[in-house]
Amino acid sequence: MTTSAAILPAALRPRHLLSWIGVAPFFLFATLFLILPTLNIVIGAFRNPQGQVTLDNLGKLLSPSIRSAFWISVELSLLTAALGCLLGFLIAAAITLGDLPRSLRNSILTFSGVASNFAGVPLAFAFIATLGRLGFVTMLLRNWFGINLYGSGFSIVSFLGLALTYLYFQIPLMVLIITPALEGLRREWREAAESLGATGAQYWQLVALPVLWPSLLGTLALLFANAFGAVATAIALTGSSLSIAPIVLFAQIRGDVLNDPHLGYAIAFGMILLTAIANGIYILLRMRAERWVK
Amino acid sequence: MTGKRICSWLAVALGGLYFLLPLAGMFDFSMRMKRGEYSFEAYRIVLADPQFQQTFGYSVLLALLTIVLGILLVVPTAYFVRLKLPGLRPIIEFITLLPLVIPPIVIVFGYIRIYNTSSVLPLTGTWLGTNLLLLFGYATLALPYMYRSVDTGLRTIDIASLTEAAQSLGAGWARVLAVVILPNVFVSVLSGAFLTFAIVIGEYVFAALLNVNSFGPYMVWMGGNRAYEPSALAVVAFAITWACMGLIQLVTRFSRYSTVRR
Repeated sequence: MTTSAAILPAALRPRHLLSWIGVAPFFLFATLFLILPTLNIVIGAFRNPQGQVTLDNLGKLLSPSIRSAFWISVELSLLTAALGCLLGFLIAAAITLGDLPRSLRNSILTFSGVASNFAGVPLAFAFIATLGRLGFVTMLLRNWFGINLYGSGFSIVSFLGLALTYLYFQIPLMVLIITPALEGLRREWREAAESLGATGAQYWQLVALPVLWPSLLGTLALLFANAFGAVATAIALTGSSLSIAPIVLFAQIRGDVLNDPHLGYAIAFGMILLTAIANGIYILLRMRAERWVK
Repeated sequence: MTGKRICSWLAVALGGLYFLLPLAGMFDFSMRMKRGEYSFEAYRIVLADPQFQQTFGYSVLLALLTIVLGILLVVPTAYFVRLKLPGLRPIIEFITLLPLVIPPIVIVFGYIRIYNTSSVLPLTGTWLGTNLLLLFGYATLALPYMYRSVDTGLRTIDIASLTEAAQSLGAGWARVLAVVILPNVFVSVLSGAFLTFAIVIGEYVFAALLNVNSFGPYMVWMGGNRAYEPSALAVVAFAITWACMGLIQLVTRFSRYSTVRR
């Protein structure tokens, strides 16, 4: 294979016309159903109903109710991303470095593939059946240990309940992404460090973590975006009782609340901005991380 | 060394507890419909519900159509990019990443603004148009997964030689793609297809905002109105997700024996 730079001029010659026709449907489709709809929203965020350019819509994002919805969303996404990273890392470390049976490692990876895709409405139902007022664990704690979960102020329809539920797809995603990175830590690095007199802690601090940190931070950003865009789980779990940004947008689109499409544009733009920044960080750090993991 | 093993087992055991309890909870709850005994009553009611049959059947059909549309869009594109237009690769990769970056709710919001009844292309105005729009939306959501799996499949075969061989035997482009390339990347296409199926089958936001009564909105409606049936639905959905992931593993294992080592 030659490099792309060498081929690009050739690609523009007429004899490649057929190849261009071959990729045309894809570009047409992506333009119509991905790029134009998104651009429409982004442009709409900077226009008033009369079509003039304005920053008023974005200003409305600063109104107390919208600002607090975004803030709760950011907190929820940050908390579940951080906890997901930490707990997922511990599980990944246990199955890669912890001398556990190989079969256990494989079953955990398979299960992680399932659990990271088991999101949305059914996941909310599973958690209601488990930690709801009459849920499995709620009853277990009450009947066996005398602990009244709901008496102590806990509710599945709350920030904490939502965070617990989100972790169900956040942790497995972390396990799936970080396991290859941990497997990329070469045995020789550890041996080299030890032969120079490093302790286990020093090895982690001076060798392993510096190699891993782009993967870790990158995955943190990805998990943030993952939680930030999750709507179905939140709606099925809380109805609309918890005001997080995607639920507010959902209600706006449905026209349940004050029907101001341009405020909807602004909320959507705010969401794109946050997930784009998070994903951008992920992609950049991923490229850095791949220098080490071969 | 033993300390490390104990910590590892502890991490896995605690993780296992967190991940298995909700599954146990959902299964337990789904069996409790009849007072005082375990029964499959909730499942019986759900499966016999005409609304379930209709919405589930609709979502299965839509998922299959999404897969077909995804294959038609992605396979020729990935093929021509690999064979003739490698300069386009970064652009295509960027576009196929976008559905992961832009929240789905924003994409569907854009659809509603662009394709509403007062627009140039009023897709949301008719039954067929709305369903097509939902199909296109799902194909968009599936792009990252489809493109990545097909492109990985194309990497393992020598498409240049295969194409030349087929052309020297008189095959045209459509025939090369359908009869030579597609069967060779079929296993990769299947992995993408199963993942797409798992994502589309219970999708809620697109369907709800386009007012289409598919399986996702049906589940949410049940969640608001019934006690035990939602758990039964969750068990069904979990089984489907599990089956899709299991099938992906199965076909990839199978492919290790069927593809040429290079």
